[in-house]
Amino acid sequence: MKSLAELAAIREKMKDKVVLREGTGEIRVVVGMATCGITAGARPVLNAFVEEVTKAGLGDKVTVSQTGCIGVCQFEPVVEIFEADKEKVTYVKMTAEKAAEVVEKHLKGGKVISEYTISNVIS
Amino acid sequence: MKELSLNILDIAQNSVKARAENILIELIEADGKLTLTIKDDGCGMSKETVENVMNPFYTTRTTRNVGLGVPLLKLAAEQTGGGIKIDSVSENDSPENHGTTVTAEFFTDHIDCTPLGDIISTVTVLIQGSPDIEWKFVHKKNGGAVELDTRELREVLGDVPLDNYEVIKWIEEFLKEGYSAI
Repeated sequence: MKSLAELAAIREKMKDKVVLREGTGEIRVVVGMATCGITAGARPVLNAFVEEVTKAGLGDKVTVSQTGCIGVCQFEPVVEIFEADKEKVTYVKMTAEKAAEVVEKHLKGGKVISEYTISNVIS
Repeated sequence: MKELSLNILDIAQNSVKARAENILIELIEADGKLTLTIKDDGCGMSKETVENVMNPFYTTRTTRNVGLGVPLLKLAAEQTGGGIKIDSVSENDSPENHGTTVTAEFFTDHIDCTPLGDIISTVTVLIQGSPDIEWKFVHKKNGGAVELDTRELREVLGDVPLDNYEVIKWIEEFLKEGYSAI
């Protein structure tokens, strides 16, 4: 059975970490979660990012958050990647599988997957 | 929408945007009927806005001129012979006691009743996205109930935010266990 004691254990473990985490998050992954995004499949994409970022050990460096409609509903699920001193990257028509690939190649490896970006779709 | 849980995710996001501090998501299944309630203490809506939200060509967003969240929920309910109701008290009219309650009824035996789908995922995504809100989730069926109240978790967690990965995983497992018991 899941118990609240397990949460207490998480708290104990996080004691030192919580302080460290503030002010980090060098990379921000933002998933569009308005009606358009949700209908197109943003929920599994968001889950995949949360899961894969942690698995890749990027939890301290990358924050995964949600936003409303980004304005290009026809390309949903849309994911934006913000990184200091770099141009914003917009990935479109995302899936959980593509999300895992973006974590591996872009967030971890530093290489944008241009095939999945909006500029590839509209040009 | 392919799953009612996606409609729920979508409608609950409206409560988040209304700056709610407390959001309740309640599902009650009994006698071939599913009653969904999403209740928040957010900024509420004026009477005029409440009348308009059923209209797909009404929206608060500025990126485009359609808003399909509520109309899609309405459609999902009405195609089973059910319907939806919205009660709202705006902050301007009642600074002390405001918020919105959306209630939807579905006849679950109807062939056009959308399956609930991955409701656990909806709950974890909502908490992950808005970890500072107090969420209460209740699903009653078959004489049993699955319940989660983030206040209780926060009491144990102290400063650890609810969007911590391990906490989200705990919530997921906790709900899975709850569902396997009912």
